Amino acid sequence: MFGLIAAEASIFTIFVVAYLFYLGKSPSGPQPAAVLHVPVFLTVCLLSSSLTIHMAVRQLRQARIRAFVWWWLLTTTLGAIFLAGTAREWRHLIYDEGLTLQTNLFGTTYYSLVGLHAFHVVVGLVFLTVVLVFALRGQVRQEHSERTEVLSMYWHFVDSVWVVVFTVVYIIGR
Amino acid sequence: MSSVSVTYDNPPTAGRPIVEILHEWVTTVDHKRIGILYILYALVFLIFGGAEATIMRLQLIRPHNDLVSPEVFDRMFTMHGTTMIFFFAMPILFGFVNYLVPLMIGARDMAFPRLNAFSFWISAFGGLLLYFSFFGGNGLYGAGNAPDVGWFAYAPLTSQTFSLGHSTDFWTISVLLSGVGSVGTAINIITTVLTMRCRGMTLGKMPLLAWLSLTMGGLVILCVSPLTAAQLMLLIDRYLGGHFFDTQAGGSAVIWMHFFWIFGHPEVYVLAIPAFAFASEIIPVFSRKAIFGYPVMVAATLAIGFISMSVWAHHMFTVGMTAAGNTFFVISTMAIAVPTGIKIFNWLATMWGGKIQFRTPMLFCTGFLFQFLIAGLTGVMLAAAPFDWQLSNSYFVVAHFHYVIVGGILFTIFGAFYYWFPKMSGRMYNEWLGKLHFWVFVIGFHLTFDFMHIPGILGMPRRIYTYEPGRGWDVWNLIVTIGVFFQAVGMLIFLGNLLWSWWHGADAGSDPWDAWTLEWSTASPPPAYNFAVLPEVRSRRPLWDLKHPEDPDWHYE
Repeated sequence: MFGLIAAEASIFTIFVVAYLFYLGKSPSGPQPAAVLHVPVFLTVCLLSSSLTIHMAVRQLRQARIRAFVWWWLLTTTLGAIFLAGTAREWRHLIYDEGLTLQTNLFGTTYYSLVGLHAFHVVVGLVFLTVVLVFALRGQVRQEHSERTEVLSMYWHFVDSVWVVVFTVVYIIGR
Repeated sequence: MSSVSVTYDNPPTAGRPIVEILHEWVTTVDHKRIGILYILYALVFLIFGGAEATIMRLQLIRPHNDLVSPEVFDRMFTMHGTTMIFFFAMPILFGFVNYLVPLMIGARDMAFPRLNAFSFWISAFGGLLLYFSFFGGNGLYGAGNAPDVGWFAYAPLTSQTFSLGHSTDFWTISVLLSGVGSVGTAINIITTVLTMRCRGMTLGKMPLLAWLSLTMGGLVILCVSPLTAAQLMLLIDRYLGGHFFDTQAGGSAVIWMHFFWIFGHPEVYVLAIPAFAFASEIIPVFSRKAIFGYPVMVAATLAIGFISMSVWAHHMFTVGMTAAGNTFFVISTMAIAVPTGIKIFNWLATMWGGKIQFRTPMLFCTGFLFQFLIAGLTGVMLAAAPFDWQLSNSYFVVAHFHYVIVGGILFTIFGAFYYWFPKMSGRMYNEWLGKLHFWVFVIGFHLTFDFMHIPGILGMPRRIYTYEPGRGWDVWNLIVTIGVFFQAVGMLIFLGNLLWSWWHGADAGSDPWDAWTLEWSTASPPPAYNFAVLPEVRSRRPLWDLKHPEDPDWHYE
């Protein structure tokens, strides 16, 4: 998993570098400062889901299955809220601001970087949901805690990438 | 060392339907079978890539030749480069590493056997896709066929405007898939080396091949992923109308070069480090001495891996960078010669005073030492930016990197073939044919690539499909092409030897070289479980300890 994370991290690095390199190089609008709003609530959701998945795995390790299911459910919900929020933001950008991937360089780099991250959230959510379904059917037991731990490592990675993306896109980039 | 040689009967193959045998190979997750699949698959692509090179050389044999059209010539050099790097060199090295690492560290398989199979099949699919472009590259627009944008596919040549049809998409996606497979294998190798070592094998007691594979795995993760990212961007540009490399909309063609070479230069070391690994295993055995300076070898490998991440822009001196940028990349590139030099001296010191046996694997490794030295020297020449301004993109550069890849890497791959063939097949190869292969190939190699430097210095640019007579290039090009025939004959001898020996070779026994690493302690070919009893080691040469209990290595290490 650490290997995969290292590989993913270098993919993200390249996209972040491209984003930073092309900052302010779009010949035409809309520019980031005009259209982007800082998604504080979504960020809180995603980052706190790191905490909840950590709690979930801890409960599972101590064989408290009910508590595990609740924490896990909370994690999945927080992730889903984040994804829905991103979808709403994109809808706003596309329909109200007229910014698509083809509009200008900002559009290209913004949708690629945030989209790449969102794609990882989707993958994470799929796995989270699969585990959730198993858990609801009562098939997740203490001996699986190591596997959920691997998944939680991935989820922590997705969250920490968001810290970078957030900094680059919404703080430096605006 | 509690392991003993295990007698093992091959499952009866005669009489079983071919479908069943095929099914077994297709669904296998055994690291040895996947390794052999990688190697066979790579050999097929070696033949394809070699055929493309031959077509190019035939076209250039004399000025104003019209064997192939300029368009076909473009496709040939693109396909040759892409095939040789992504679908020959990487898979064949992964094949050997896959086969050898678990055996050498006393494990029963890789850490993730199914990931291993997945990585192989997705790389294989990438290769098939690349060659399918010959049929499917026309796409909806009816333009193009195989990719013709060069193996480093500089923007904006790859944009929709200049690359109609789907040929470039075939290139992008096949390289992307091969990248996914490579990263999967790299993760697997790293995990295996770090977690699956047998009892007593600390990191400092691993065979050098395991150390070097570990370094290669790290490099693959760090350098292939940027290429994957860049390919994703190219796909976004081509399919979704993005502007990453679209200079009309403020995008940058130069950033593609950076992204590509951030992959491209470490990639050279991804290929070279396993080659060093083969040399580090073969040279001691045939010199009858332990490797000289083991810790320094490990340190030099790690240093090469580290420095190689910061030299990429020496491919771009002619693009125009700042003086500070040029200086940095000149110095970092030259710095990499230091650990490489240390390695060469260590190999020489291993041979020094040894009882050298010039069997075929050793011949190839000796050739490697000499040729890799020259390749390194032209590398240092090209690393000097002013020299590079003069000779960049000329045949001098082509000669230089073929010296590295053919003279260095391919020679050790041949050495590895002969050295481990008895282990993989249980049979000896034909020594006389092996030596003949070496000499014919050495002659062909030097005819081709020594003389290729000269038209480069005389100003012949690479990637031209023909040239004017009377520029002083004619005779050199003729010699270069003649060398290709020798190489082709050498290849035929090699393949013939492999095929003949696979069925008719003499029985090799478990340890034909009187070698010292764990793979020789089990039967040839090894059983599916590798070791009946997992071995336990106390030194870097466990089999030496076993054979010489009165004077074991661990007294000294």
